Amino acid sequence: MLRKGLIATFSLLLVLSMALAGCSSSSSSDDILVYGRGADSKSLDAAVVTDGESIKVTKNIYDTLVDYGDDNTDIQAALATKWDVSDDALTYTFTLREGVKFHDGTDFNADAVVSNFKRWMSGDGEYYYYKSMFGGFEGDAGHVIKEVKALDTYQVQFTLTRPQAPFLKNLAMPVFGIASPTAIEKHGDKYGENPVGTGPFKFVEWKRGDTITLEKNEDYWMEGYPKLSKVIFQSIPDNQSRLNALLTGAIDLMDGVSPSDVAKIEGEADYQVFTRPSMNVGYLGLNVEKGPLKNKLVRQALNHAVDKQAIIDAFYEGQAEPAKNPLPPIIAGYNDDIDPYPYDLEKAKKLLKQAGYGDGFTMELWAMPVPRPYMPDGKKVAEAIQASFAKIGVNARIKSYDWATYLDLARKGEADSFLLGWTGDNGDADNFLYVLLDKDTIDSNNYARYSSDKVHDLLIKAQSTPDEAERTKLYKEAQEIIHEDAPWIPLVHSKPALGAHSKVQGFTPHPTGSDKLTKVYFK
Amino acid sequence: MLSYTIRRIMMVLPVLLGMTVIVFLIVHAIPGNPAQVMLGQQASKEAIEQLTKQLGLDLPLHIQYLDYIKNLVTGDLGVSLHTKKEIAEEIWPYLAATMELSFVAMIIAIVIGMNAGIISAWFQNTWFDYTAMIFALIGVSIPIFWLGLMEQWFFALQLDILPSYGRDNVRNPVEAITHFYLIDTLIQGRIDQFVDVVRHLILPSFALATIPMAIIARITRSSMLDVLRSDYIRTARAKGAKMKVVIYKHALKNALIPVITIIGLQTGLLLGGAILTETIFSWPGVGRYIYEAIGTRDFPVIQSGILVVATIFITINLLVDLLYSWIDPRIRYR
Repeated sequence: MLRKGLIATFSLLLVLSMALAGCSSSSSSDDILVYGRGADSKSLDAAVVTDGESIKVTKNIYDTLVDYGDDNTDIQAALATKWDVSDDALTYTFTLREGVKFHDGTDFNADAVVSNFKRWMSGDGEYYYYKSMFGGFEGDAGHVIKEVKALDTYQVQFTLTRPQAPFLKNLAMPVFGIASPTAIEKHGDKYGENPVGTGPFKFVEWKRGDTITLEKNEDYWMEGYPKLSKVIFQSIPDNQSRLNALLTGAIDLMDGVSPSDVAKIEGEADYQVFTRPSMNVGYLGLNVEKGPLKNKLVRQALNHAVDKQAIIDAFYEGQAEPAKNPLPPIIAGYNDDIDPYPYDLEKAKKLLKQAGYGDGFTMELWAMPVPRPYMPDGKKVAEAIQASFAKIGVNARIKSYDWATYLDLARKGEADSFLLGWTGDNGDADNFLYVLLDKDTIDSNNYARYSSDKVHDLLIKAQSTPDEAERTKLYKEAQEIIHEDAPWIPLVHSKPALGAHSKVQGFTPHPTGSDKLTKVYFK
Repeated sequence: MLSYTIRRIMMVLPVLLGMTVIVFLIVHAIPGNPAQVMLGQQASKEAIEQLTKQLGLDLPLHIQYLDYIKNLVTGDLGVSLHTKKEIAEEIWPYLAATMELSFVAMIIAIVIGMNAGIISAWFQNTWFDYTAMIFALIGVSIPIFWLGLMEQWFFALQLDILPSYGRDNVRNPVEAITHFYLIDTLIQGRIDQFVDVVRHLILPSFALATIPMAIIARITRSSMLDVLRSDYIRTARAKGAKMKVVIYKHALKNALIPVITIIGLQTGLLLGGAILTETIFSWPGVGRYIYEAIGTRDFPVIQSGILVVATIFITINLLVDLLYSWIDPRIRYR
């Protein structure tokens, strides 16, 4: 009797799940795109966010004055239809698109632009990107923007204190998306949960840790776009679960595909793989203020001791190329004449001996706890490097913390050596070299604490030189010095992969790592 | 009974207070300044100092603790540093999601686990007994993480009969009222969505139920065996009473005491297992709410979240104790 009951229970469950399977997602609409990703956003106030997951969403809610090309970082019109630059490169006059409205129904015009810039310049909030791209806030010595004023309803003029070569590229960054001043005032410190822009999609709902839902902006200025009626950003932290969700059709597009899963998706008839153009670098930073690493010869020796190709073959499944510079080759100013440090253990040992560390030494090697596009598995890469170092007598002890602590302590210079990486924000060399290796950015992104006056002078000069050929020359020279000083072991430029159902069309992965979904549609 | 109940409830208070101290200290021992995390890695020192002050994080630890307790007493769980929302308000949807999942998992664990235990005991040393106990042994030792992924692989990927993650179909989302989706969909008469919610519940709740199910089966079996060996049962069986009568009329109530204890404990532990299950199945529950708060060093959310979960745990144990003493009055006087 009881046995029957148990069998009945099991059968019931099986029948139930089979029966319910029949009713599966029949109500799903075909123009809703579910974008699966590894983590949730932090805020949807474009101006305050620094994490990629937030920017992925804000990029679709806001428009910027100028925008990047679909698959490159060339500048094109967006909210501004045209712009004039004065001969001294100090005055930029933008003509704005007419008839554009914010999602809350208020008008987009010159006053709105001025109001946004005033907000960022004030430095009242923590507008990190504004500060770093435009040299500080109002009143700071290095602040680039002297004044922003409305000439008339649809004309805005920027006056700069000094020429800034990447000025337009900076303006195109998604963090400078123009927000509705009315909404900012209305929502106060809760604006980050109630974002209002002019972009292709309007914000609908945010279930923290779960989904962010956007819907089509019916009045979008780009004729015939967007194609999708809704976009749902779904966070699924586990890589394998996310892949399962893709292959069962629960999500349409998947971010952060592990290199080892690329072949699997390609092998499925109804699925496709997108490869993001590589605009990143993964590296092992060497803290130049710590013990033996103070010595340039030691850093060079360590550079000789890493077999980058082996790392790429083992952990990137070939989805990367070895790096020799802090810049990826797609960025203007990349110095291809640099000879990479060859993988040569004898040379490494010789250099160590020359530096007075013939018997080797012990140091820490920090391994990233989270997968990133440029570093799918930090712990395994660290182990491989550890094994290499052991061959030249360097005993590297692997250490890891949770991600927030890792960054915090590394920023303070507590790591001897550490794995990290960077994805470019705006496609400019400045965004790699100055941000990561200038003496100004020690205690910020210059975790290696590398300080070179020569490099600093070159980078600052390049920042204010409008002539592109001249800038390229300056950046190439800076890379030579950096190569010689070896504050990093540049490891890879990876090609991050995304997986999608084959019905997803019109999607172009952007090199900056965040995609505008305006042109995406379903076949 | 009443005085015992009151006494028992009074004993909970110092436990809860102790909990708050421990949680508070652990949370503040996590390295990393929340102000730094909130403002991002590139924030200036001044901005961090200012925010630290604004959040009261520069005050001595005991002052911070006293403030925290003062607020707690008035039912104020604090405000999330991150979303600036009241935690008491914000935590509910997550808590409801976890409770729904745990409840369903527990029902599965009890129904299957107890029945398997009872049958195993009755048919001791038969193939059923051996099979059930081997499964129970596997069940207690299987990592939820692995099991969850296997379930996804088999039922979602290979058979394609069940969804692999989440609480509902995001393309056709449930409109939350109570945040218990099983209830909400029924209130709104959305049978299609109800079915959807049930389908989403199956895999994670089975993953979560595995361990308690196995433990309950084993405890029920051994407890039932003890009772079945006693004289009065032997008499009943000798008189030719049917199995159903022997078990449900005579044996079950006596065999139930250790089972109830274990059910109570397992329900508490379930909340811990829920964090893993929630991660694999992207279940937006309180485990993930706390987990994400740890990532952003959202101190108030971490400490209030843990406290809420701990309170539920303690409450369940209290209820089990009371139930226990109701079934067997001798216990009260120990």
